Amino acid sequence: MIKDEAAVSPVNKKSMKDYLSPAVREIPPSGIRKFFDLVSNSKEDIISLGVGEPDFSTPWHVREAAVYSLERGRTKYTPNSGIPELREAIAEYLYKSFQVKYEPTDEVLVTVGGSEAIDLALRALVTPGDEILIPEPCYISYSPITTISGGKAVGIETFAKDQFKLTPEALRAALTPRSKILILCYPSNPTGGIMTYEDWVPIAKIVEENDLIVISDEIYAELTYGQKHVSFAALPGMKDRTILVSGFSKAFAMTGWRMGYACGHPELISAMTKIHQYTVMCAPIMGQVAAHEALTNGLEEKDRMMESYNQRRRLVVKGFREIGLECHEPQGAFYAFPSIVKTGMTSDEFAQRLLFEAKVAAVPGHVFGLGGEGFLRCSYAYSVSQLNEALERIGNFLKKL
Amino acid sequence: MDTLKLKILEILKQDARCDAAMIATMLGAAEAEVARAISEMEADKVIVKYNTVVNWSKVDDEKVTALIEVQITPERGRGFDAIAERIYLYPEVKSVYLMSGAYDLLVEVEGSSLKEVASFVSNKLSPIDRVLSTKTNFILKKYKQDGIIFEDQENDHRLLVSP
Repeated sequence: MIKDEAAVSPVNKKSMKDYLSPAVREIPPSGIRKFFDLVSNSKEDIISLGVGEPDFSTPWHVREAAVYSLERGRTKYTPNSGIPELREAIAEYLYKSFQVKYEPTDEVLVTVGGSEAIDLALRALVTPGDEILIPEPCYISYSPITTISGGKAVGIETFAKDQFKLTPEALRAALTPRSKILILCYPSNPTGGIMTYEDWVPIAKIVEENDLIVISDEIYAELTYGQKHVSFAALPGMKDRTILVSGFSKAFAMTGWRMGYACGHPELISAMTKIHQYTVMCAPIMGQVAAHEALTNGLEEKDRMMESYNQRRRLVVKGFREIGLECHEPQGAFYAFPSIVKTGMTSDEFAQRLLFEAKVAAVPGHVFGLGGEGFLRCSYAYSVSQLNEALERIGNFLKKL
Repeated sequence: MDTLKLKILEILKQDARCDAAMIATMLGAAEAEVARAISEMEADKVIVKYNTVVNWSKVDDEKVTALIEVQITPERGRGFDAIAERIYLYPEVKSVYLMSGAYDLLVEVEGSSLKEVASFVSNKLSPIDRVLSTKTNFILKKYKQDGIIFEDQENDHRLLVSP
């Protein structure tokens, strides 16, 4: 924790905080960080459903490919936008899986995680004062990065009754003449909501009419259940308006490798590459080699992992309903988002009591922005026995209330 | 085989104690349908038995296991099966496979000591008619069996909470 009163410049007695840029000062500390500290300080016998990453280790053939490349001395810089064979593999994969065709030479940029791609996109596009539309609850980074880029984050609340889909009415209501970018994240972290082709069509129409640019974070694209993910970029006329952001973390269990990518119009990708080359130069080569192996030989293993998530998803959703928590059917990602409204507690209060009294950690919904209050994000990327134990503990906790 | 049965088998291979209700939930199928599929597979001997994978090295009463390569002359009309049967009926024999390659049968024998296994080979296995030769390989350490790693080093290293 920063003790700002104590941290005083020795030269002119200014508080160290006074040196910070106003944009950075303005960003609130992450609510998830606060909860992380709380959980880490009370470790004994806790089952945590708070993790936003797969429980699988990276498949062995992927790790082995990276080790082998290290042994052969592949330890140098790569081209700024990534090694050509990886960019080709990404383009081919996106075409085969989601029917979006990108040119590997100038429409694909390999980044340090999907997070860097989002940062680059916003920095490349935002002029101070631009309004960035963000359907919420959502991944916690969009709004702070928007602020750092000088943009104004405008949250659009989504609701459980709509399965947390973005509705055309809500999008229209949030539009102003300064609206410039729409950030989409479907399948959604934290709600597990998805958008079908039919859901997208009216959204695409509004995007077109209002000349918006879309940053579509499709990191959970592989994790949909019962229907295939529809990429926003695959909608008629949307490819050139969309920066598709994705990566290897979730689908291939590669979070720690920090491997992501952005695809889009050559003008936008080249602007993002300009920032990327001055800031990180290139994504780490070991990760690029591993990512290439994952796309080349890892698709079957990926399908096996998806089947396993789906089994656990059904188990958890049924489990929550049986212990009396309303839970909409998450059709993507690996999170259930049950409502705790009926307990009369705020999600923060509920999550803290659940942690201390039932020894189960789950992330309170309010940290994910508008519409998150009253919900709890529970990851089901855990073993079946851990999930059953957690459900039993939560059930017992509810009975005692 | 239908996909439901295959999926049930995959779940049971991971944990044979999952009951039909839990499997039905995990697969989004009706419990009665899952229960019927399991009974059918049991009746058809697709599911032969539900047993426990034991790491015997953690048990005081330690066991010695050998994999024995056996060369045999097949019997006219019955091939390898008759001799395989004569071998697998011994309770000391845990598994028998017919192999391609330099030898014919791979026989897994378990005993409480090296001596016990050696005497099984010399007194029971080798004297069988048509057994031409045996080569006994003792197992020193089991790392993985039936897809299960015995001393898994890959713990859950994830942060307790992450975005």
